[in-house]
Amino acid sequence: MGADRAVHVEVPEKDYASLQPIHVSKILAKLAQQEEASLVLVGKQAIDDDCNQTAQMTAAYLDWPQGTFASKIEKTNGDLHVTREIDGGLETIKLKLPAVLSSDLRLNEPRYATLPNIMKAKKKKLDKKTPQDFGVEIKPHMEILKCEEPPTRQAGIVVESAADLVAKLRELGTIP
Amino acid sequence: MMPLDLGAKASCHIGGNVSTSAGGLRLLRYGSLHGSILGLEAVLANGEIVNCMSAMRKDNTGYDLKQLFIGAEGTLGIVTQVAVLCPRRPQAVHVAFLACRSFGEVLKVLHQAKGMLGEILSAFEVMDQAAMNVVTKNLHLKNPLGDSNYYLIVETSGSNAEHDGAKLDKFLQDLMDKGMVHNGTVAQDINQRKEIWALRERVAEGMLHEGFNYKYDVSLPTQNFYDLVADMQKHLGQDLPCVGYGHVGDGNLHLNIASPQYDKRVLDRIEPYIYEWVANHGGSISAEHGLGLKKRNYIHYSKTPSAVKLMKQMKQLMDPKGILNPYKVLPD
Repeated sequence: MGADRAVHVEVPEKDYASLQPIHVSKILAKLAQQEEASLVLVGKQAIDDDCNQTAQMTAAYLDWPQGTFASKIEKTNGDLHVTREIDGGLETIKLKLPAVLSSDLRLNEPRYATLPNIMKAKKKKLDKKTPQDFGVEIKPHMEILKCEEPPTRQAGIVVESAADLVAKLRELGTIP
Repeated sequence: MMPLDLGAKASCHIGGNVSTSAGGLRLLRYGSLHGSILGLEAVLANGEIVNCMSAMRKDNTGYDLKQLFIGAEGTLGIVTQVAVLCPRRPQAVHVAFLACRSFGEVLKVLHQAKGMLGEILSAFEVMDQAAMNVVTKNLHLKNPLGDSNYYLIVETSGSNAEHDGAKLDKFLQDLMDKGMVHNGTVAQDINQRKEIWALRERVAEGMLHEGFNYKYDVSLPTQNFYDLVADMQKHLGQDLPCVGYGHVGDGNLHLNIASPQYDKRVLDRIEPYIYEWVANHGGSISAEHGLGLKKRNYIHYSKTPSAVKLMKQMKQLMDPKGILNPYKVLPD
């Protein structure tokens, strides 16, 4: 969407299975301090683990305020007004900077990057780091016991007539 | 995956695809059904079953009968089984959407794409500004680029995202350095890919909102691809807007014209002008849509009398009573 510089914290393939929001948030917190950032913006919930934890944990490590599930962000006189999507509707809170925010789907509409910008982005600086550079060890805190797909759908039975259908349903105990 | 992808994908049947030798968006990469159907079984007019089923890539034993049924629109037999050569689903797909001011630039981009993307190119489609207006106005789709004259979808499919990305970057840098495109974007994720494809795939749907459609599907030499649209527009005048789009990568133009209601006077201005134009340029009056009912009597614009004579002999041999799809494909 528009950046001048990037840092890539590389996690080796073998460690990826044990990578959890607690590790990511420790790294982000250290990075934020190193970069002297005043705003950390992350997605609210990843589609792989569905955790919804990184923003909250990062804010805790930094001891910064947090505005999660943000669908609108306004800056007024050094404060942030964040509108949050919650069960009951919308909640608007006021935060002081520096802060951690997590984005909701409704926050914006992703733009298409234009060709000249895409080409410029390829030439921008990308620093490579490791979790160790931030003093973080990817040690699993959980053990995955089981991971299985939902049961395969059983094939249905084709019947010849309405009478057959009723008989079959009776047989299966679905109707008296 | 299946080797073809076409507008009717949600409702068409495979037997129908075979009988109509369906083309579509990726013929440029995966070839026509004449190549990807390895074997088939068909039922003849007299009920006899001709079994030409085979899963072999190569089989030079006698006449290749399956080719008769592919594209015959059911007039020689009904296809009941097929063996399809399926390509691997690509690991990496990239979609670029580009804007050109002139058709000359479109042709230059096509030439560059063939040279620099070659083996990974999987689709190369064009749509003019009129087509873009149809989908933005009638279907409320968004144009990611500003107004232009021609829009291109360039898609690559390959086995390695990094390699393909590098090839695409070099290609795009080249286009920009040489000023062949004045604007463009690359889809960043599957949603943007779908949105870009929707602009092209929904033109026909958008056209339905314009009134009665006169739809043409022709093959032309690449350098004349858009000349037909320009000439037709001049010929018809400004109150009958012509919309041009299609598979410029394989020379197949879709030309659509709309009038509020069906009007025979409009039809008479379009035909046979369009067929004569196409014939004069050595093209085909029906690139992928077949002849069916409406174009069978124009077959001579694209096929010689000797060819049509042999077709009629085959039809007589295989369906002497004329029960298979009568009044279609072959002329009166």
